Amino acid sequence: MRDFSYLRASSVDAAQLASALPGAMLLAGGTTLVDLAKCGVAEPDTLVDITHLKGLDAITVDDRGATIGALAKMSGVADHADIKSRFPAVSEALWQAASAQIRNMATIGGNLMQRTRCPYFRDGENFPACNKRAPGSGCSAIGGVTRGHAVLGTSEACIATYPGDLAVALVAFDALVHLGDRQVAVDDFFLLPGATPEREHAIQPGEVITAISIPGTPAARRSTYLKVRDRQSYEFAAASAAVGIEFEADGRTIRDLRVALGGVATKPWRARGVEEALRGKVLEPDAVKRASLLAVEGAVDHGANHYKIELAPRVVARAILKLGETA
Amino acid sequence: MTVHMKRHGESKRGDASDGREAVGGRLSRVDGPPKITGAAKYAVEQQLDGLAYAVLVESTIAAGKVRSIDTEAAESAPGVLRVLTPDNIPPLKTASDWLGTPPPDAPYYPLARDITFSGQHVAAVVAETFEQAVAAAALVKVSYDEAPAIVDLSDAKAGDGIPIDAMTKEWGDAEAAFAAAPVRICAAYNTPREYQAPMEPHGLIARWQGDQLTVWEPSQWLDGMARTYAEWFGVPFENVRLVSPYIGGGFGSKALALGHGAVAAIAARMLERPVRLVMTRPQTFTGYGGRAATRQTVTIGADAEGKIQSIVHRGVNETSIDGMWVEPLGSTTSIMYATPNFSSRQNVVRVNSVVPGAMRAPGENPSAFGIESAIDELAYEVGIDPLEIRLRNYAEEDPHAKKAWSTRQLREAYAVGAERFGWSKRSPQPRSMRDGNQLIGWGVAAGTYPVRRAYGEAMVRILADGSVEVESSSIDMGQGTYTILAQTAAETLGVPADNVVVKLGDSRFARAGVTGGSRLAGVMTGAVHKAASAALDELVALAISDPRSPFHALQANTLVVANGRIASPRGDGPEVSIAELLASVGRDRIEAKGDTMPANSTAEERYKNYTTIAMALPHTEGDYSRYSWCAHFIEVRVDEDFGTVRVSRVVSALDSGRLYNPKLAESQWKGGIIMGIGQALLEEGIVDRRHGRIVNNNLADYLVPTNADIPDIEVISVGIPDPHSSALGGKGVGELAIVGVAPAIANAVFHATGKRIRDLPITLEKLI
Ligand SMILES: Cc1cc2nc3c(=O)[nH]c(=O)nc-3n(C[C@H](O)[C@H](O)[C@H](O)COP(=O)(O)OP(=O)(O)OC[C@H]3O[C@@H](n4cnc5c(N)ncnc54)[C@H](O)[C@@H]3O)c2cc1C
Ligand code: SF4
Repeated sequence: MRDFSYLRASSVDAAQLASALPGAMLLAGGTTLVDLAKCGVAEPDTLVDITHLKGLDAITVDDRGATIGALAKMSGVADHADIKSRFPAVSEALWQAASAQIRNMATIGGNLMQRTRCPYFRDGENFPACNKRAPGSGCSAIGGVTRGHAVLGTSEACIATYPGDLAVALVAFDALVHLGDRQVAVDDFFLLPGATPEREHAIQPGEVITAISIPGTPAARRSTYLKVRDRQSYEFAAASAAVGIEFEADGRTIRDLRVALGGVATKPWRARGVEEALRGKVLEPDAVKRASLLAVEGAVDHGANHYKIELAPRVVARAILKLGETA
Repeated sequence: MTVHMKRHGESKRGDASDGREAVGGRLSRVDGPPKITGAAKYAVEQQLDGLAYAVLVESTIAAGKVRSIDTEAAESAPGVLRVLTPDNIPPLKTASDWLGTPPPDAPYYPLARDITFSGQHVAAVVAETFEQAVAAAALVKVSYDEAPAIVDLSDAKAGDGIPIDAMTKEWGDAEAAFAAAPVRICAAYNTPREYQAPMEPHGLIARWQGDQLTVWEPSQWLDGMARTYAEWFGVPFENVRLVSPYIGGGFGSKALALGHGAVAAIAARMLERPVRLVMTRPQTFTGYGGRAATRQTVTIGADAEGKIQSIVHRGVNETSIDGMWVEPLGSTTSIMYATPNFSSRQNVVRVNSVVPGAMRAPGENPSAFGIESAIDELAYEVGIDPLEIRLRNYAEEDPHAKKAWSTRQLREAYAVGAERFGWSKRSPQPRSMRDGNQLIGWGVAAGTYPVRRAYGEAMVRILADGSVEVESSSIDMGQGTYTILAQTAAETLGVPADNVVVKLGDSRFARAGVTGGSRLAGVMTGAVHKAASAALDELVALAISDPRSPFHALQANTLVVANGRIASPRGDGPEVSIAELLASVGRDRIEAKGDTMPANSTAEERYKNYTTIAMALPHTEGDYSRYSWCAHFIEVRVDEDFGTVRVSRVVSALDSGRLYNPKLAESQWKGGIIMGIGQALLEEGIVDRRHGRIVNNNLADYLVPTNADIPDIEVISVGIPDPHSSALGGKGVGELAIVGVAPAIANAVFHATGKRIRDLPITLEKLI
């Protein structure tokens, strides 16, 4: 039997201290962690339960922006009236994620830290080679079943897709991850696999996500999250886009545009090329479709995931045009 | 297991919404409330003293040999009682197959040394707790000598396979007629490996007491599985008791005793303790077979009006290296349309996978995907409506057996379905209907399933309080056996349905054959009807002839029983309740076991009837050909940019003959249609071709439809009682409705997009 110890953190300080112990892992809603423990991927020596920390589930929204405690539940944030009105893309990303049951358990902190769904990563018994799980062992996915794998941000070491939805919206709107006193831009929080795919986040031992904050901007207020998949519900994205627009006073010229992609890259993928191409332009379907192709600049496929290169720009274009219609 | 209508059913008010409780009434399922409240106890939930837990270790290669198994670490892990390997388990005897074919005199080891697929059972760990067994199983180190594997049908090493001559169906000169036909179409249709994915995974508890074995296991066939366990262990059939009170879905996968059951029973015997073994979800993808992957070529030659001259059909399905599964791919092809010339042949190809198995409508389902797609292609080729071409080629008799249909309400199904769907408003051109970014398509396809018949047995007791007990070793996996047997006994005996208690799922009860092939309702309503009639006859005879009976003086020839009360037909005389009558004649019960076997059947024939499928009656026996029929009308919406397909409307008209309980039949039809939507759009076992292993072996990655994928489904019964198919006039219900759904969706997708998808499932990258 694999014994592990269980600690219930009584304060953030205690959680930070405990999480610095070798082999320690934080336990929030458990929907990723318990799952991975069952597949033998997560093998914690110490579980540090943070679900009893007081105050970490607060959601505050004002004109400057939103601050969401790490223990807020996915369902609670998705349903929050001010999040819905001021950050529609955030709410939409959440309610299209996972299932109702998971959203009621899962926390925002845990959501940012969810792991890839690469099937080889999850099955070490049958597929020992996985650089993310066992650094230096190789990559079983390359040359194997790659339908869900990434086309952007890949490396020779790993092509695993970042599967989450929320972080895609966060990266579009320049959110910050609060690690106690330290704050990191979401875009920097998620790391490219490079030669070290086992390192996914810019978080150090002893650090705990305490909150995320999202600046309030006109683009965040006029935003949407479009998720495309074969199954209508309870499936990860084949491709998704978080998009926000701010128009000039004329209601047609784009002053600010935010575009990020999900389901196609190794991390939540900000598509700055699309943003730059359209900023200052009048919103017009052909121009949008052309610019959206820039979303997959540099994309590399591995056979079965080629469709993502076709699909992602169409998702981006649809999302931008949809926001234009509501002008 | 007992389900009391009275306690759970509240059937008097509300449930029987048409006011009828007897056969044909819309009673709700009596097992619904215990399931919803959690009171229903499933097989592996039994609490037994001294229970030990077994966990399987499976092969991680697809072909080769086990070189060695290092069990040292596992054996010394906490709580471990025993590690079972091929080297330390006692050999079992090979059991007969489901036809009862005498087995070879060879030992059977449910843990393998020779590996023929990835995920084969090679060892098992038994421990005091489940967690200890899981942890120790991970410590078992198996080393292999790996050999090259044949991973699937498209593997270069797979070859053409083995011709299955028994599947050949030919009349006329199909090749010549095809060559001469003015209109010709030819296309290949493929279906992937699909999995039953029941909510309740496979598992069991096995307990030995001396040489008596009790097995609590979800089962679609208690008597058949008991026979297999008995043969494996060389004990008499009577020594094995199977208990299966509720089944959390089977879809064909729970009809046979499987290797994991043998492992658990061996472990229980070795340890002299009851042992529980439950497969993990990933193990359910390799521990037994799903639907075989198939390939078909359908060629149709027709005249310019679309009248079929010839059908040439070639099919292939996967089977395992050492097992044989034939998925009859010509089954629908050969009977759906009238054609003067026909040829269907089939091969099976051995690949390194677990032997495939039965999954809802094996054969008819993939067969229909081929022919019902091909006829649609022909309709466009000729330029006529897809519904019209089906009517032009309507088979007035069974074109293969050359016999009259017992009943075939397919024309009615087309008419009623088309009317309710609004088919006449369909614009014929592909890509001609749209709503914004969504292309809209309407498709039609037919389905069929043979009426499988067998003999059944039931025990009916009239108890002192006037209540009635029905016992049968048949099962209810959600299809409604508890409910319809209560209705049947109630109608036959003239008592309210909520006075009937039905007990199922114990092999000690009156015997029953397999619950598969949609036969159980027809078989068991017949058997209960017969047993209840015998009980009623005895009751009436008592009432007429017993000197203590209040009816004795009446000198009546007969009496009537209605609503639990006995009276003379003319109502002139006394009227008493059944309970009062039994009290007056001093009886505490009337008991009648009835079966529908021929009267002079031997004990051996009876055993064979309940424990094999060898005595099933051919559906073309005698003068008639017996099938259920359906027509599906389906609307899809395809996002033009994304390739995503959503089913937005389904209208299906179905002929299952007389419905014993329309509410339950409708639910089964809808379930079949939902499963068909999954088959069309989502379901596919994805094989890593380097390792010959399924990689999406869990319910997050093997997708089945969610509620959000399912639109309102309208099902309409067009059946009429079919006296040739069953005692009470019903035909099969459970499997029929999935047949034809996938081609109807593929046809609708073509109408929407102009793209013909011949490989299931229709995922977005195929349309983008
Ligand atoms: C079947 C399935 C489908 C899913 N589908 C989707 C989907 O479509 N879209 C989507 O976005 N997500 C999806 N998810 C993922 C789901 O959203 C995550 O599992 C969930 O958000 C994790 O939150 P949790 O609180 O349960 O985290 P836990 O499982 O408790 O923790 C996850 C990880 O985060 C770490 N952690 C938790 N809290 C903190 C913290 N405060 N600071 C630092 N580290 C922390 C843990 O140590 C652990 O490593 C799916 C999950 C499943 C199982
Ligand atoms: S893609 Fe990444 S996670 Fe998947 S097997 Fe390769 S290294 Fe592991």
